[in-house]
Amino acid sequence: MEELKREHESHRMGMHTEQLTGRTQQVFFSPSEERNFTYRTGFDVDFNKRTELDVGDMEATAVNLELRRLMSEGYGTIVVKNPGAKHSLGVGILNRLQLYFQGSLGYFGCGLIDGPNVRVSGRVGWSFAENMMAGTVVVEKNAGSTFGAAIRGGDLVCKGDVGSRTGIDMKGGTIIVGGRTGVLSGFMMQRGRMVVLGDAGDNLGDSMYDGTIYVGGKIASLGVDAITGEMTELDVQWLKRKLAIYGLEAPNGVENMTKVVAGKQLWNYDNLEPTEKKLVL
Amino acid sequence: MCGIAGLIHRGSAADIGQEMTSMLQALKHRGPDSTGFALYGSPTADRYVMRFKVAEQEDVKKGFDIHRQIRERKAAVDERMAEFEAKVIEEDTATEYAYRIIFNYTGDVRRLADYLEDIENVEILSIGRALELIKDLGDAGGVSEQYGLGEFQGTHAIGHTRMATESDVDIRSAHPYWAYPFADVSVVHNGQLTNYWTFRRALERRDHRFMSNCDSELIAVYIADQIEQGNDLEGAMRRSIDELDGVFTYLVATSDSLGMAKDVMAAKPMVLYESADLIVLASEEVAIRSIFPHEIDTFDPYEGEVRVWKN
Repeated sequence: MEELKREHESHRMGMHTEQLTGRTQQVFFSPSEERNFTYRTGFDVDFNKRTELDVGDMEATAVNLELRRLMSEGYGTIVVKNPGAKHSLGVGILNRLQLYFQGSLGYFGCGLIDGPNVRVSGRVGWSFAENMMAGTVVVEKNAGSTFGAAIRGGDLVCKGDVGSRTGIDMKGGTIIVGGRTGVLSGFMMQRGRMVVLGDAGDNLGDSMYDGTIYVGGKIASLGVDAITGEMTELDVQWLKRKLAIYGLEAPNGVENMTKVVAGKQLWNYDNLEPTEKKLVL
Repeated sequence: MCGIAGLIHRGSAADIGQEMTSMLQALKHRGPDSTGFALYGSPTADRYVMRFKVAEQEDVKKGFDIHRQIRERKAAVDERMAEFEAKVIEEDTATEYAYRIIFNYTGDVRRLADYLEDIENVEILSIGRALELIKDLGDAGGVSEQYGLGEFQGTHAIGHTRMATESDVDIRSAHPYWAYPFADVSVVHNGQLTNYWTFRRALERRDHRFMSNCDSELIAVYIADQIEQGNDLEGAMRRSIDELDGVFTYLVATSDSLGMAKDVMAAKPMVLYESADLIVLASEEVAIRSIFPHEIDTFDPYEGEVRVWKN
C-alpha cells in the first residue's frame, strides 16, 4: 500500500521516469527524499532576474566562472552573446537556469548539466551536452558528432542535422534530431529514447542494450542486435506530445516512423552465471 | 590529434596567407609541434615555384659544422639546376635552411626533383605552377611571420597544425605533403592509417618515394599514384575511402581545386562552411570563426563523404 501511495504521489508531481521497454525499471521520486534531488551547492535563482554577458573576448573558464557568479547573485535568465564557437561553455551547471547562447558553441558545450533550460541559436560542436542529467537543451541549427553522448536524462533537441554516434552510450532522457544523423547513432544505448526525423546512417543502434529509437526517414542499416519494433499507440501519442513541445513534425507523420529496439540476442543477455559462461565458451 | 584547415575563394584572389594563419593559430591547441601551409597563388604557364630545404631546424641548432654543410648543399642544388637547364628567375630564403626559387624549365619535373633530392639532406617541399608549400616547427603565427606569409595573395589553401604521435617532431614529418612528383598537388591529414606499411611497400615497388615515416605522407603518394594511373582527383579520393584503412579526414588541393574526404567511421572531425564565393573547412568551427566577424551557418560532412570544389 505504501508503495502504491509513493507511486501515486510521484506521478502527481510529474517526477517519475517514463516506462521504456524490456527490462528498464521505473524509478520513483519520493517527496520525503527531496533533499537528495537538489544540490547543496545550488543557487536560489529568479527567472525574472535577467542579464546579458558578452563573452567575445573571454576564455572558456572565465565564462563559466562568470555564469556561476551570476547565478550566485540570483540571476535566473542569462543571455550569452558572441560565444564564437568556443569550447566547453556552459558546462557543469547543476541548477535551475534559463541560459541563452546567441551564436555557436564548440566542443563539449553544456556537458554534465543537471537542470538548466538552454537554447543555442547557432551550431554546436562535438560531444555537446555529454552526460547531461536533467533539463532541456534546444539547438536551433546543426550539431557535430557524439551529440548527447551518455546522457542520463532531460530533453536534448537539435533542430538541424547532427554528425555520427549521436546518443552513444545514452543511459536515459530523450534526444530529438530534426534532420539527419550519422553512422553508429545509438551505439551501446542503454536506456532512453532517440527520435530522428530525417535519415539515419549505417549501424543504427549497434549493440544497444535497451531504449528505443524512432526514425522518420531512411535507415542506411541497423547495427548488431538492433531490430525494428512495432509502433504502438503509446509510441504515437508520446511522439506527438514530445515533438509538439519543440515545434517539430515528422515529415511523413509519426505513425509512419520506424521503431528500433534491442534484439537482446547478444551473449550478455543470457541468464548464465559467469562460471557457467566459462564452461560454454 | 592534429588540426587541418582549408579554404577556396571562387573567382578571385584574396589574402589567403593571412586567413590561413588565423585559422591555424586558432587550431594551435590541436597540434603545437609544427605548422604547415600549402598556398596557391596565380598559376603561371611558363615558370615553376620550388620550395625546398637543405637541413632540419634541429640540425641548425645542434650541428657542429652545419653552416658550411648548408652552403655546400645549396651550391649543389644550384649546380644541378644549371646542369638541367632550369633557369632561376628569382630566389629568396626565409631561413638559413629553407629556400624559394622561381625558375623556367621545360623538362621532366620528376627527373629534376629526383636529381636534386639525390643531394644528401635536400628535400623538395613542393614544385608547382601555383603551389607554395611552407612548413616548419612552431605555431602558425611564428611560421607565418618567419616566412612572410601574411602578404600572400591567392585563391585557395590548406594547412595543418601537428601533434606528433607516430613520427618525429621535424620538418620532414610536418604537413602538408606534396604529392611528389605531381606539380601543385598537396595533402593534409588528421587521423591514423592502419594499413600504412602494406600500401607503402606496394607504392615503393611502383617507384614512389617516401621522405618520412609519417602515415599522412602515404595519402599524398597514394593520390599521386592514382593520378599517374589516369584517375581524376575526385575518383582518386573516392577510391581512397575504400582502400585506406583507419580513421582519417584529409584535404587535397590542386592548382584549381580543393577536396575533402572522410572515412566511413567519421571518427575525425571536420566542419564546413559553404557559400557561393567561399568554402572554408576546419577540424573545429573556432578556426572558421577566426576569419568571419559575423554569424555563419556550418555543418559536419558525413561518413564516407568526398567533396571537391573548383575555384
